[in-house]
Amino acid sequence: MSTFTAPHVDWAHLSPVLIVLGAAAIGVLLEAFVPARLRRTVQLSFSLAALAGALIAVAALWSGVKSSGGVHVLGTALVVDGPTLVLQGTIALLAIVALLVVADRTSTGEDAFAPSAASVPGSDYEEAARRLGLQQTEVYPLLLFATGGMLIFPATADLLTLFVALEVLSLPLYLLTGMARRRRLLSQEAAMKYFLLGAFASALMLFGIALVYGYSGSLSYATIASTTANPTGTDSLLLVGAVMLLVGLLFKIGAVPFHAWTPDVYQGAPTPITGFMAACTKVAAFGALLRVVYTVIPGLKWDLDVVMWTVTILTMVVGTVIAMVQTDMKRLLAYSSVAHAGFILTGVVALTPGGVSAVLFYLLVYGAATIGAFGVVWLVRERDADGVVVGEATHLSQWAGLGRRHPWLAGSFALFLLSFAGIPLTAGFVGKFGVFSAAVDGGAWPLALLGVLASAGAAFFYVRIVVLMFFSDAPTEPAAGEPLEPSTQADVVLEGGATPAVATLVAERAPALTTTVVGTEGWATVSIGFCVLVTVLLGVFPTPVLDAIAHMSTFLP
Amino acid sequence: MSLDNYLVLAAILFSIGAATVLLRRNAIIVFMGVELMLNATNLLLVTFSRLHGQLDGQVLAFFVMVVAAAEVVVGLAIIVSIYRTRRSASVDDVNLLKS
Repeated sequence: MSTFTAPHVDWAHLSPVLIVLGAAAIGVLLEAFVPARLRRTVQLSFSLAALAGALIAVAALWSGVKSSGGVHVLGTALVVDGPTLVLQGTIALLAIVALLVVADRTSTGEDAFAPSAASVPGSDYEEAARRLGLQQTEVYPLLLFATGGMLIFPATADLLTLFVALEVLSLPLYLLTGMARRRRLLSQEAAMKYFLLGAFASALMLFGIALVYGYSGSLSYATIASTTANPTGTDSLLLVGAVMLLVGLLFKIGAVPFHAWTPDVYQGAPTPITGFMAACTKVAAFGALLRVVYTVIPGLKWDLDVVMWTVTILTMVVGTVIAMVQTDMKRLLAYSSVAHAGFILTGVVALTPGGVSAVLFYLLVYGAATIGAFGVVWLVRERDADGVVVGEATHLSQWAGLGRRHPWLAGSFALFLLSFAGIPLTAGFVGKFGVFSAAVDGGAWPLALLGVLASAGAAFFYVRIVVLMFFSDAPTEPAAGEPLEPSTQADVVLEGGATPAVATLVAERAPALTTTVVGTEGWATVSIGFCVLVTVLLGVFPTPVLDAIAHMSTFLP
Repeated sequence: MSLDNYLVLAAILFSIGAATVLLRRNAIIVFMGVELMLNATNLLLVTFSRLHGQLDGQVLAFFVMVVAAAEVVVGLAIIVSIYRTRRSASVDDVNLLKS
């Protein structure tokens, strides 16, 4: 009888991932066994503790990896090297900040999620669930599962893990997208679009994985890199496979022409989830893309440059131009995130060592500003004639004069926008400077030039919002006869017709809506404050963080 | 049978699936198109696995099946919740979000 040799598992280097995924699994059990009235408190503190634990685990691994350069874990499934740790730390930190916004409730005890996501919008059942004060605390384990997938995604060292991590991070996000408390039809619709397009993109990526496997005979990044280092002629199997693999990753990033889902999903999803998704998914997906481009297929640089350059240029230009004509705040931020994906891609295309650290820094500052901005959007609400606070005031005209009534909130939003625009002394400037100079170093100066031009164009609509908030008067009443959002007032055939709970449906706009800032338990304010702090500090004193990242930006082959 | 036959069959199945996703209106059918794409990929993986004489591709094919099952759970949950709201599973009726 043969002897059994236990595999060697490096538990310590897996700890950030294990903590988060383990906590998510326990969170599901908590859902079953904790009494309903305690559930939210327990789930929230447990999730925060898990994410903080992951952050601490990353910090504990930091110096070891810095001196050793990194290790492979679980055979060749995962690699824990410098960029992995930086990205995992960024994701854990941003997830904590986003979780604070997700957990926040208004002064009337409403969180951002439907009291019962399974109920039909506008039904008696939904109304009963709302009156009973039910809450979907499943949000917290779902969020942890998504975060766990994101922690694995940039650490993958073979294609199998890449695919599984992609699905682990996507599936919970599809569900979270469809759970908004208000405008539930939009939310469900966004979830379906996100799901169908996401599944399509992951099928394309999987086909690419199969073709690359067929060419190289291995799923491991290291072997693929050595077989593709000197491609003999143009093997269509490899080229098509590599392009399809990139398409899957570019979809998650939201690069043009794979961005079609971004505005719809960002608009329809519950705003705190939009913030989480916009920041953390982008960090994880760019991490995986960086690793693929830098360590797996650098041998194909000449062949793939055409694809990457086209996508980068399109992403910057289309994102900026379409953002200029948006009238909805969440859609505007969505197109702005598309444009930012383009700016970050210039650093990826650069293919220089400096490009990696520039991209890592950019992701951190972009993520912080994004979560903060969506946190503000979540707080700015509409109030109907009776003084009851309803959904988010997402139409741009509703933000007019906000700076006079709520200078601090509008001020922090303005700061985030200026950081997006890349104004000096904000973190966004340092980030943009980093990726554009990396692009110039890498010989991609046309991209850098175009990036600067696109940034200037983008500054136009960011500054327009700042002007709108601080230098224009609040409309005393919305212009009569002008439907604010015609598309949301489409005829929706509902079973049961008009029901009392119709307020949770699509069209929440009665004529006499005013804009207000909702009072909350304060978690979102803490989160926004933290994002302001990061944006200012990294704008004024970026050197310590830049240095720390620069020492950790070498991929282990 | 040569290797090419398997590859061509997988490519044809994948294209049918992709065309279904892009052309059909019913969300359930669209979803079936995605499943067909995944299964075409499985055929490809198993073929390459045999070509290279190792099991990596077959292992990945099993993972794809598991992931596809999980995807069905999530996807059907979303589609059914929309159907209960609107009595329609057509992707054309879902058009409240427009740019």
